[in-house]
Amino acid sequence: MSKVIVYCEHTGGNVRRASLEAIGAAASAGAEVVAVLWGEGASVAAASAAGAAKAICLTGDASFSPDAVAAAVTEVIQSEDAKGFLAAASYRGKDLCPRIAAHLDVSPFADCIEFMAAGESFQVKRPWLAGKALATLGTTGGVLCATTRLNVFEPVDGPGPSDCSEHAVSAPAKATVTSTEAKADAKLDVNEASVVVSGGRGLQEAANFKLVEDLAAAFGNAAVGASRAVVDLDWRPHGEQVGQTGKTVAPQLYVAVGISGAIQHLAGMRTSGVIVAINKDAEAPIFKVADYGIVGDAFEIVPALTEAVKAVKAQS
Amino acid sequence: MNIVACVKRVPTTEAVAKPAADGKGLDASEFQYMISFYDKIAVEQAVQTKEAAGSGEVTVLTLGPSSGTKEIRECLAKGGDKAVVLTDDDWQSRDARSTAKALVAQLSAMNADVVFMGRVATDRDNAAVGPMVATYLGWPCVTDVIGLEIADGKGSAKVETDAGIETVEFQLPAVITCQKGLNEPRTAGLKGIMAAKKKPLEELAPEAIENQSDVIEVALPPARKEGRIVGEGAAAVPALIDALQNEAQVL
Ligand SMILES: Cc1cc2nc3c(=O)[nH]c(=O)nc-3n(C[C@H](O)[C@H](O)[C@H](O)COP(=O)(O)OP(=O)(O)OC[C@H]3O[C@@H](n4cnc5c(N)ncnc54)[C@H](O)[C@@H]3O)c2cc1C
Ligand SMILES: Nc1ncnc2c1ncn2[C@@H]1O[C@H](COP(=O)(O)O)[C@@H](O)[C@H]1O
Repeated sequence: MSKVIVYCEHTGGNVRRASLEAIGAAASAGAEVVAVLWGEGASVAAASAAGAAKAICLTGDASFSPDAVAAAVTEVIQSEDAKGFLAAASYRGKDLCPRIAAHLDVSPFADCIEFMAAGESFQVKRPWLAGKALATLGTTGGVLCATTRLNVFEPVDGPGPSDCSEHAVSAPAKATVTSTEAKADAKLDVNEASVVVSGGRGLQEAANFKLVEDLAAAFGNAAVGASRAVVDLDWRPHGEQVGQTGKTVAPQLYVAVGISGAIQHLAGMRTSGVIVAINKDAEAPIFKVADYGIVGDAFEIVPALTEAVKAVKAQS
Repeated sequence: MNIVACVKRVPTTEAVAKPAADGKGLDASEFQYMISFYDKIAVEQAVQTKEAAGSGEVTVLTLGPSSGTKEIRECLAKGGDKAVVLTDDDWQSRDARSTAKALVAQLSAMNADVVFMGRVATDRDNAAVGPMVATYLGWPCVTDVIGLEIADGKGSAKVETDAGIETVEFQLPAVITCQKGLNEPRTAGLKGIMAAKKKPLEELAPEAIENQSDVIEVALPPARKEGRIVGEGAAAVPALIDALQNEAQVL
């Protein structure tokens, strides 16, 4: 069985769901998983790395250095003789993976949606041109390095590792994170939420996003997304933009309100589980990818939908 | 300051994907091209960095086709001082490692203080070349930067991560990859366009480096199953709820 090292992010004493999904991806290919964690609380969080046979905690400076941590993870990959490296396609994972790949002199693969065994090695499937095509790729190098798209792989339902060994981060830091301004609220990120309710220019002004926020709140596990048009108008922050030059999302349910469905927007959400579109124009291209559509005025439909969702949630 | 902006010629975002006949790439016969969205932010940041320093030179560096100089002249019209084109008509099929290594070979001879790149090129969406180039060169790299200050051989960058806004400090030389929000790219004026025609553009042959990633197959994603309009106006809400609960089972 080939070994895969999975870089696990953690918060509040637990490995983050996105990293558990990366472990799930490795496990789905029959790999033996070694979890690598960095930072304060790593040894406690390691126990929650469900599906990992063992854990290695990186110790050293209190502040994070992406280059020093990438060098340390590379040392672990080499000393464990791993054939794969995975991380979640989060900010951190996408930043670390290509650095590690360069150390190993291989080409990394971002945002993978499948991870398969291929002899001793692995193959991945990943989007090209923002998902307009899917490429199946392998490596001729020693280690396949990849990040896994969020919300695609299932975490392993099972125990975490029982112990955690240590590996020192010893490379000198070239860049260092000196402070983090925590988010004002514990809002779900669009690419992590299982429901995304997005609004577009059809909402007519920034204040009307209240309708979208209320619908997201009714679902409970939802995040608010936006089209580029409304981000460019400064109605919403760029972190909420869905699409080719924003975030790619694959929630169980995607609700598009007043969004026309331009090709660049579709690129960011077309792999969602179920797509609902609300638009007053029956010819809007968003209806071509929607599973369910309602034609009409969002100002009338969305409040009614919010009440109906609240009623369903109150029953369950 | 010696500043480099790396730009890539990519299919426009409207491009339609069609697998190539051998199933190992994309059929490029109908593609229109543009400079990758984030690379325009990289060029703008390079020009602003020079302006803030009061002196220096901005080199636009690309590995691309000999026919792609129109897009490169555009970057010169927006404030680049000169361009270096590593001419390779197979630029689209290079993997991230082989592109990074060819850029590294060139950058090693350029003595740059700072190299700006896009966070991702909107063709294969690798988001890899910037951090790979920095790692090969042994330089610091900050990815997805939305705020930047450079002074006295040092820099401080802001990035948006899942945890919040991080401040990252580093020494020059460094590679910075640019995220939307870092700046608003300027449009080229007539004067800039005229001046660009006379700016030096050097064409060189890049190192031939074999791809390391192995393309097994390129295919179109499975089509979504046909959807339906459940109704019009607020009256259609019960039908939608019913479909979400009983048919799709997501509520
Ligand atoms: C290089 C490039 C990159 C891009 N990247 C992205 C990206 O990442 N993400 C992205 O989203 N876009 C992106 N775009 C922009 C994209 O092409 C579209 O311009 C944008 O998605 C349109 O946003 P919209 O649907 O909100 O607005 P519009 O296209 O203006 O659509 C508004 C919709 O609202 C409907 N409407 C109006 N009033 C109501 C009402 N009262 N009730 C219900 N419906 C109503 C209208 O029928 C219409 O369909 C990019 C473009 C380029 C060139
Ligand atoms: N062929 C190329 N020539 C010049 N710069 C490139 C090239 N390919 C990638 N880059 C740079 O690397 C960034 C990230 O590209 P990628 O890793 O392919 O997503 C781009 O935004 C460019 O700044």
